[in-house]
Amino acid sequence: MRRFILWSGALCLLALAPLFLRSYTLYILNMAGVYLVATLGLNLLTGYTGQLSIGHAGFLAIGAYAGALLPAKLAVPFWLSIPLAGIISGLAGFILLIPALRLTAIYLAIATLGFGAAVAEILPRWTAVTGGYQGMKVPKAAFLGLTLDSDVKLYYLALIIVILMILLARNIVGSKLGRAFVAIRDQERAAQALGISLTKYKASAFFISAFYTGIAGALYSFVVGYISPGEFDLAKSLLIFMMMALGGMGSIPGSVVGAVFLTFLPHWLSGFRGLQQFIYGAALVLVVIFAPYGIWGFVRRWTMPDKLQRLPRPLRAVVEFVRG
Amino acid sequence: MLAQLIVSGLASGSLYAMMAIGLILVYKTTHILNFGYGDMTMFSTFIAYMLLTWYKLPFAVAFLGAIACGFLLGIIVDRGFLKMAKNAPITSLFIATLGIGMILEAVAGWVWGYDTKPFPYIIKGPPVLLGSVVIRRHDLLVFAIAAAIALLLFAMFKFTDIGIAMRATAQNKRAARLMGINVGQIATWSWAIGVGLGALAGVLIAPIVFLDLTRMILVMIKAVAAAVLGGFTSLPGAIVGGLLLGVMENLTIYMPAALAPLKTTFVFLLIIIVLAIRPQGLLGESVGRRV
Repeated sequence: MRRFILWSGALCLLALAPLFLRSYTLYILNMAGVYLVATLGLNLLTGYTGQLSIGHAGFLAIGAYAGALLPAKLAVPFWLSIPLAGIISGLAGFILLIPALRLTAIYLAIATLGFGAAVAEILPRWTAVTGGYQGMKVPKAAFLGLTLDSDVKLYYLALIIVILMILLARNIVGSKLGRAFVAIRDQERAAQALGISLTKYKASAFFISAFYTGIAGALYSFVVGYISPGEFDLAKSLLIFMMMALGGMGSIPGSVVGAVFLTFLPHWLSGFRGLQQFIYGAALVLVVIFAPYGIWGFVRRWTMPDKLQRLPRPLRAVVEFVRG
Repeated sequence: MLAQLIVSGLASGSLYAMMAIGLILVYKTTHILNFGYGDMTMFSTFIAYMLLTWYKLPFAVAFLGAIACGFLLGIIVDRGFLKMAKNAPITSLFIATLGIGMILEAVAGWVWGYDTKPFPYIIKGPPVLLGSVVIRRHDLLVFAIAAAIALLLFAMFKFTDIGIAMRATAQNKRAARLMGINVGQIATWSWAIGVGLGALAGVLIAPIVFLDLTRMILVMIKAVAAAVLGGFTSLPGAIVGGLLLGVMENLTIYMPAALAPLKTTFVFLLIIIVLAIRPQGLLGESVGRRV
């Protein structure tokens, strides 16, 4: 019951947020939603299945271009273009399956890095479709006669997608599929000996992960309204990786916390002129030092029953209420 | 033409190899992929730049200054930051190196500015002709230094206590500790030598690619690719991988003109093909893990 109250309260708060927030804050929240979905995707692949990837900006790019091009060139209705972008990106995920079946750890990381570099190099040269280096304007998303032309409207779109994707991720993690992923991560050969087909489940992991990131890409293109190939570089892949690892690997709330934290951090720092990069770097190092298992790992550790006694009373009451 | 392309490919390949060795030294003893390496190299190279152009000191001093800076940076990173994050998983430490890189980039921006700077060649003079192959004097110096480094490292791993202790730590941390090796200290040594090597390579790379805040990161990516190509655990592998990568890059000139802009893609594709055939890299040991 408490859980129910808590979740409906949180949902009401999120649904009413546009009433108190500035348009700019909403825009950043939308971006946080984009990265949240991408981070969930990477987490399912790296955090749950143990397959490193530092090339996810490639999938983000594929999703973004698919999301923008399908309505613009093929007149695909907008409500269909987002899932289609996810599926196209998911199919592209199978490209990485070939190295993933042979390679582990750092070798796989380099193969994914190569994938990201390849996408970044092909996009600007495929001028006929992508508009080259200059990028392209994304048509306004329209849905049942309603044009999503303001940050508020886009916020609700992002909110719906984020909630759906979180629920889907929860279901995947709790299902047979998710348990197979964890088994592969923890001990590949033992998993295989127990009858888990590596090919089948790694393929699923890559498809799902690329699907998530593709959806995030499509959402990105609608939120920003303009896409160009330069945005989807190694730095973006590393950003998604950092969101996943700093939030907490192998945990869904971790992805939420990590994506929101790292999306907002540069904006919190915008007051410190010339110091942003320094503080950003220092923040990364500090999080690693004080929360080695990610921010969510830190929260989990400090809300363990034995540590709970040492927390100040009001804070303890909050934690206990949340726990139910 | 072919010989020319191969020789100049070998020259850039030796530079990749030198940087790759720095990465591998750290990776072997600590299992951390040092992604702040590009920025650490950039920072040390800027020290050399400052000694050369601001204080007008001779090249030898600038060279040593950069290496000393890299050495110190390695120690500071390991002792000051990474040792503080006890028991952190490798992925988190990887992110810490990224954060340190950003800090260095910010500091370098304040001190030396944001524009691209030309970096002087150490030796000037007309190129050397070897048959029909033209070799720049700088390339000859690079070959000489790379060979010297390879020999020095070989001697270090074979004959010195630190080198042997490093090998032991790389092989089995727990057994090494039981043998009385201070594993933490060995990690610091690897960081110091690794980043120092990067600084040395940086001073040799900077005249070719010029010096700014981010260019060394691109070189580092190539070094990572070279290291992976050779097998991330093997030093001779890094040399082979680096040289091969340099030559491969130059030979992409033979690609059909329509595909020419996709050079990086092509190089990565080759790497992936090599890895698909030999998943542990060209000279890497295959890792048989107990289940």
